Amino acid sequence: MSQIQLKEISKVYADGYEAVKKVSMDIADGEFMILVGPSGCGKSTLLRMIVGLEDITSGDLMIDGKRVNELAPRERNLSMVFQNYALYPHLSVYENIAFPLRLNKGGISDEEVKKRVGDAAEMLELNDHLERKPANLSGGQRQRVAMGRAIVRDADAFLFDEPLSNLDAKLRGQMRTEIARMQRRLGVTTVYVTHDQTEAMTLGDRVTVLKKGVVQQIASPRELYEQPVNLFVAGFIGSPPMNFLPARVEDRSLRLPFCEVPFGEEFADKVKGKDLVIVGLRPEFVKDAEIQDPVPGAVEFEADVDVTEWLGNELYAYIPFESDEAVRAKLDELDRDLDGEGMRTQMVVNLEARSRVREGERARFFFDPKLMHVFDPENGDNLTRNEEEAKRIAAESEEDRKRALERAKRKEAEAPA
Amino acid sequence: MDATPKQKWSLFAVSIPVMLWTLIPLFWIFSLAVKPSSIQADGKYVPREITWDNFRLILTGGASDLFLPALRNSIIVCLLATLISVVLAMFCAYAIARLDFPGKKMILLVALGVSFFPVISLVTPLFDLWRNIGLFDTIPGLVIPYLSLTLPLSIWVLSAFFQQIPWEMEQAAQVDGATSWQAFRKVIVPLAAPGVFTTAIITFFTAWNDFVFAISLTSDNARTVPAALAFFTGASQFEQPTGAISAAAVIVTIPVVILVLIFQKRIVAGLTSGAVKG
Amino acid sequence: MSTATAPAETKTPSKDKALLSNRAKAERRLGWKLAGPAFIVMVAVTAWPILQAIWLSFFRYRLTDPDAREFVFLGNYSVIFTDPVFYQALRNTLLITVVTVAVELVLGFAIAMLMHRVVLPRRTLRTIVLIPYSIITVVSAFAWLYSFRTDTGYVNHWLNTITFGAWDSAFDWFGSWAPAMSVIMVSEIWKTTPFMSLLLLAGLAQIDGAMEEAAKVDGATFWQRLFKVILPNMKAAIMVAVLFRTLDAFRIFDNVFIMTRGANDTETLSTLAYKQTIDRVEIGMGSALSVVLFLMVFAIALIFIKGFNVDLAGSRK
Repeated sequence: MSQIQLKEISKVYADGYEAVKKVSMDIADGEFMILVGPSGCGKSTLLRMIVGLEDITSGDLMIDGKRVNELAPRERNLSMVFQNYALYPHLSVYENIAFPLRLNKGGISDEEVKKRVGDAAEMLELNDHLERKPANLSGGQRQRVAMGRAIVRDADAFLFDEPLSNLDAKLRGQMRTEIARMQRRLGVTTVYVTHDQTEAMTLGDRVTVLKKGVVQQIASPRELYEQPVNLFVAGFIGSPPMNFLPARVEDRSLRLPFCEVPFGEEFADKVKGKDLVIVGLRPEFVKDAEIQDPVPGAVEFEADVDVTEWLGNELYAYIPFESDEAVRAKLDELDRDLDGEGMRTQMVVNLEARSRVREGERARFFFDPKLMHVFDPENGDNLTRNEEEAKRIAAESEEDRKRALERAKRKEAEAPA
Repeated sequence: MDATPKQKWSLFAVSIPVMLWTLIPLFWIFSLAVKPSSIQADGKYVPREITWDNFRLILTGGASDLFLPALRNSIIVCLLATLISVVLAMFCAYAIARLDFPGKKMILLVALGVSFFPVISLVTPLFDLWRNIGLFDTIPGLVIPYLSLTLPLSIWVLSAFFQQIPWEMEQAAQVDGATSWQAFRKVIVPLAAPGVFTTAIITFFTAWNDFVFAISLTSDNARTVPAALAFFTGASQFEQPTGAISAAAVIVTIPVVILVLIFQKRIVAGLTSGAVKG
Repeated sequence: MSTATAPAETKTPSKDKALLSNRAKAERRLGWKLAGPAFIVMVAVTAWPILQAIWLSFFRYRLTDPDAREFVFLGNYSVIFTDPVFYQALRNTLLITVVTVAVELVLGFAIAMLMHRVVLPRRTLRTIVLIPYSIITVVSAFAWLYSFRTDTGYVNHWLNTITFGAWDSAFDWFGSWAPAMSVIMVSEIWKTTPFMSLLLLAGLAQIDGAMEEAAKVDGATFWQRLFKVILPNMKAAIMVAVLFRTLDAFRIFDNVFIMTRGANDTETLSTLAYKQTIDRVEIGMGSALSVVLFLMVFAIALIFIKGFNVDLAGSRK
């Protein structure tokens, strides 16, 4: 168990391509850190630099305060689960899991190997498959063998490189909770790379959002969701994604495609000198005014619904709007950064399932403007981010994490040996 | 695509002539080998009588001092050429598949170019040189030119095999705490062994098949089986060596056919690996 | 990097860069250390003899009379290019190459299709088809020689039977040019078609089955599917197979040597060179022929690679 520090780590390939740009972060002992971002953001490169499979061009990588830039992978005592699992096809499941132990010549007795592989197999429910070859296993079983190989030795940290991306949706959900449980139970520092924001939000104590090799924000999932620092993070986190609407700045109010939102003195300073901003509104913040009474201070509006999707537990309604030429370029760029396929200018709202909103009809909605984010169209900065609130969320999350670790440790201690 | 029973049987029907076409000359050689010399010229495809005289002739009889040394030479020369090629090619292919260094593409292209070389073009200068330096009609005098056949082939086939070994595996071993040597021995060798073995078989076949070098660069001492067959004479001056040659042909063909029977899948994979862009 | 902190910070990256390039350098060195021996041996056993051959080809040089060795510069070449024997050998070689490769391409493709689709004797068929590839060429040459020979052969008898006696059962296949060449080509085709069909089979296996099913649904007949879907997608595999086989056929030697030894104008370039060098020990002339053959093979390879865009980097034998 250990802490990992990255100090201004950069990666420049031989052809001059800069995959990772001055990334710094502190990963606390026992923390579950997620690296997330669209493809090509440098998250896998970063992970491979931590484990030592990729040279670090500049910067310092510290494990427990010791600089390890020059150490070979095997000297770093980290274990890794690869995207394709990298199971050894010529070895049985048992020998695959035992592989790291066997390398330690004479260090570990056969009984010890047997016990530790047995424990790992027990934890991952692989007992029935120990004699089989990886080729005869299902995707989920292979995944568990790869995890078994990672946990069988006392590694200082676990590294995961998109471990669930080759599984189908149902299995992915199961394995996700499995990984979360295992990490809490073992309390091992974990770095986990994914492009899937559900994994990022559910697994991580903290999440690092990367874009083109640059860190955008390192924060707890809740902070990312509630207080994103910029347009990119806001657009990346959340499903369906946040709606971005152009808004004209008028005297004491913002003019959105459907409505006008008044603002106070304090906010006026932030948008001073701008005549156009981008407003971010999460689909779930818009409510159906027919079935719910507007909260005090809510903004009401009417709009034509183009398409609806009823999912049983909720209802998505799509409302087209005219985009403003002045912000279109910025929004198109954002869409490309997020691996999008050409955004339609429409707003998605996530309503309750009992809503009577129908396709092709006009409907009434409302939303609480306090939940709305306003972004600078030039640099994408979030003008409405509340630093104090962000700090409070961070402290709360850290508290939660420590409690969860302690609970896991207590449980471990109570469990019969 | 699932074939209907009708398709299945019509394909089966078509495969029969294909198999016959392949097997008829083979059975013929066997048939000639077991025909007694009295009915050798009867023109019957299936022998009426069977005798082992021809085998006796080449294994223990008058032709044995021609055939047995040739067999021994063939085995020694081909094993040596295969061993040297595969060992050299192993390091070379490992470097090509695993390491990044300038010129690796060039090595592959040179290997391909060398395998296109008309063998006879090498014979003339070697014939002259070997006579001058005393390598003519010796084992090394054959092994060295055989390398020009076997080495490029080994390099191509092996690097194709090695490139199929997933890179991640070696990295996973490193992360698991293996030294480079341990990663090589515990992960790469077991994964590479089938490829190396297959390459060795294909390489051996190629050397075993050579005729041009064998008849040009040897006379008596180092003559290999294909060359010896061409220079076989009958039991007496007036007798055709047909039976003896056929018997010898059967003997050198059987082990090869057995190898093909056992390793058919691997040999096919080796011969065609990467022949098409994957 | 901000300009203010630049002087302090440049040290670390430059040190790291040196480290990186050291590692890359070490990898290069290791690469050549491992690949070098094989490369050197390979070049030594081919480049050196061919250079020697070029040098010797400028001499009139008979092994039995080494003292009469005389520098004639291109004299040997002018003899070759004015000698009808050479042109006969060249014609024969080209004929064998074109006919066998063409027949093998069609036959090999048919067999590849069969192996690709056949269900029942799948493994057996694949194994049997592979056998001719693996047996010695000399053995196959003898098998065919003895099949067609007037004294021992069965072919004349079979032909006699199926033509109800119209075929002369004493027909001498090796007595004249046309039948002798036919037998040589039959044995060559028998021996090397398997290699062709294996390469083509590998190409077939690469084709997505769904593509063919889509063509079927679109209403394409078997021949339309073959010419419009399958063949265009196998172009690379076909070109590679044809290139390999062409260069191989152009070097034909074993069958001719066993069957006719070049009698009745059946000489090929390889047997001609062999005769000059080994039988007549005309080292100079033999070398010149070797060089000519080498240049022709080189030219064929070049034509294929440049003219037909065969991508050899993406292919292996």
